[in-house]
Amino acid sequence: MARAGQTFSFLLRSSFLWCDVNKLVFIGKRLIQAVFVLLFIVVLNFFLIRAAPGDPAQVMAGEAGAGDEAYVEQLREKFGLDRPLHEQLFRYVGGIITLDMGYSYRQEQPVAKLIFERLPATLLLTGAAFLVSILLGVLLGALAAARVGRWADSLITVVALIFYATPLFWIALMAVLLFSVQLGWLPGFGMETVGAGLHGLAHSLDIVKHLILPSLTLGLFFMAIYARMTRASMLEVVDLDFVKTAKAKGVHPGRIWRVHVLRNAILPVVTLAGIQAGQLVGGAVLTETVFAWPGIGRLMFDALLQRDYNLLLGVFFISSAMVILFNLVTDFFYTLVDPRIELK
Amino acid sequence: MMRYDLMIDFWRRFLRNKGAVLGLGILLIVFLLAALAPLLYSYSPWSMVQRPFLPPFDREGFLFGTDTLGRDIGAGLAFGAQISLLVGVVSTLVALAIGVILGAFAGYYGGLLDHALMRFTEFFQTIPSFALAIVLVAIFQPSTVSVIIAIGVVSWPPVARLVRGEFLSLRSREFVQASVVLGQRNTKIIVSQILPNTLSPVIVMASLMVAQAILLESSLSFLGLGDPNTMSWGYMIGAARSVIRQAWWMSFFPGMAILLTVLSLNLVGEGLNDALNPHLARKGR
Repeated sequence: MARAGQTFSFLLRSSFLWCDVNKLVFIGKRLIQAVFVLLFIVVLNFFLIRAAPGDPAQVMAGEAGAGDEAYVEQLREKFGLDRPLHEQLFRYVGGIITLDMGYSYRQEQPVAKLIFERLPATLLLTGAAFLVSILLGVLLGALAAARVGRWADSLITVVALIFYATPLFWIALMAVLLFSVQLGWLPGFGMETVGAGLHGLAHSLDIVKHLILPSLTLGLFFMAIYARMTRASMLEVVDLDFVKTAKAKGVHPGRIWRVHVLRNAILPVVTLAGIQAGQLVGGAVLTETVFAWPGIGRLMFDALLQRDYNLLLGVFFISSAMVILFNLVTDFFYTLVDPRIELK
Repeated sequence: MMRYDLMIDFWRRFLRNKGAVLGLGILLIVFLLAALAPLLYSYSPWSMVQRPFLPPFDREGFLFGTDTLGRDIGAGLAFGAQISLLVGVVSTLVALAIGVILGAFAGYYGGLLDHALMRFTEFFQTIPSFALAIVLVAIFQPSTVSVIIAIGVVSWPPVARLVRGEFLSLRSREFVQASVVLGQRNTKIIVSQILPNTLSPVIVMASLMVAQAILLESSLSFLGLGDPNTMSWGYMIGAARSVIRQAWWMSFFPGMAILLTVLSLNLVGEGLNDALNPHLARKGR
């Protein structure tokens, strides 16, 4: 009964948020800020492409197998490379808005098409890694805090320290070596069994099996951070007055930990989640490279090998956009979790 | 400048943290390995000195075995320590330089400048840092210098925020107000009055940044974005990736080297935190 009342009051409060002008202004400001950041990245991208080695027109001509000056001039005119810089910049920004990120001459396809084909695989991988890291991390951190000074705490602390120092690509390789090559438990290559022709549930299960090693190894580093953070944050909260009051009132210790301590200690973890999004995308480049996972991280690695700068910067732009979007969601989530948050 | 009894106090606190002592020990070994690499190995880590695919602990003088081309992995580990430490320390210095300058100006002058600089910092914090580092090194061509600059450029925002916060709180303190009244120039107040007081948290942060920089450097060289003329741990793992089924040792040992070095730096960082910020170190240890 008491719990139902609490849930109701929480719902009431969160629905109240929607009417709160301050919060709407806060979200609006964040949106505008996000658009500016995105625009800034587009401009940065434009200048980075210009800084890349080789004249783009010459590179294109080389790819097409024709090196004569007249053809290069023609290409320059066609792609507006003979225009003044600011005009090229406007053209580029306009292109990005319509999701035209240029053409990959190595893969002979538009960059946007290549990226959007690969995006779902990366979202699946990073999403799974995110869930693994936050669930395991908070769980282990909370466990360590509840058993502070005992062996479980020491063990969790040491494990977190080690994972925090482990290179992502190396632990991925070692996981392949152990679980895939030696034990043969899990596949360590690709996203599905090639040529198996599976459908429906069997197909989904096959993908899940392929997902386990990449998502676990990608999530380990962040799991370590979440565990350390949750532990420290809970130990901080446990000394505060409202927890003492709850204890004095004779509230059950388990309930104190769950309701009073964990709920308040989770705020820094939410902040961290926004930062993690950016790092997950970077980590995906390494993980997808090791596991031959067909996402945009692997695409970025291919672009690197082939010095395909249009594609490289296209992936960079999309991953930045993903991070900004995720940060917006975390900001929004933050206003829901903490009613006290000061909105500036 | 630091008083003798303060030094003793510092070491007493540092040595109380067993993890920090262990970390310092490992770090010392890595440092010696890097410094003595040319003495330990008379040949370059690139030269083929034995048959390829020699397993570890198999032949005298080749404790760690050889790689696919018959190059000594032990030599690679020793010379790789040089580049890891070099890139780790110098890129951290680059990040510190950017972060301290921007943070100091933002925190000291406040107002519009602070606002602008903090938006700029947030912008850099939003961009996925590893992806940006990849793009920077790829576009400006892989070399030790481009790797150092790329890592510095993506790692400074936390420094700027930390230093700004310290400056904000120190600016209103009496000793700073006194300098203002005495008519000292702003730059002098920033450099000689406030900056020394922000050193302890900056030092702690720097030691942890060196660790992260070493991880970043190894990840970049794993992807083939290291200096092509320098042997590095990440490169060794990247090169051995395709033969992992036949030759585990080629990627295992360099990875352990990275892990131990990064771990030792993190441990030392925690020890420094205990020793330099004693009032913060009580909780959760």
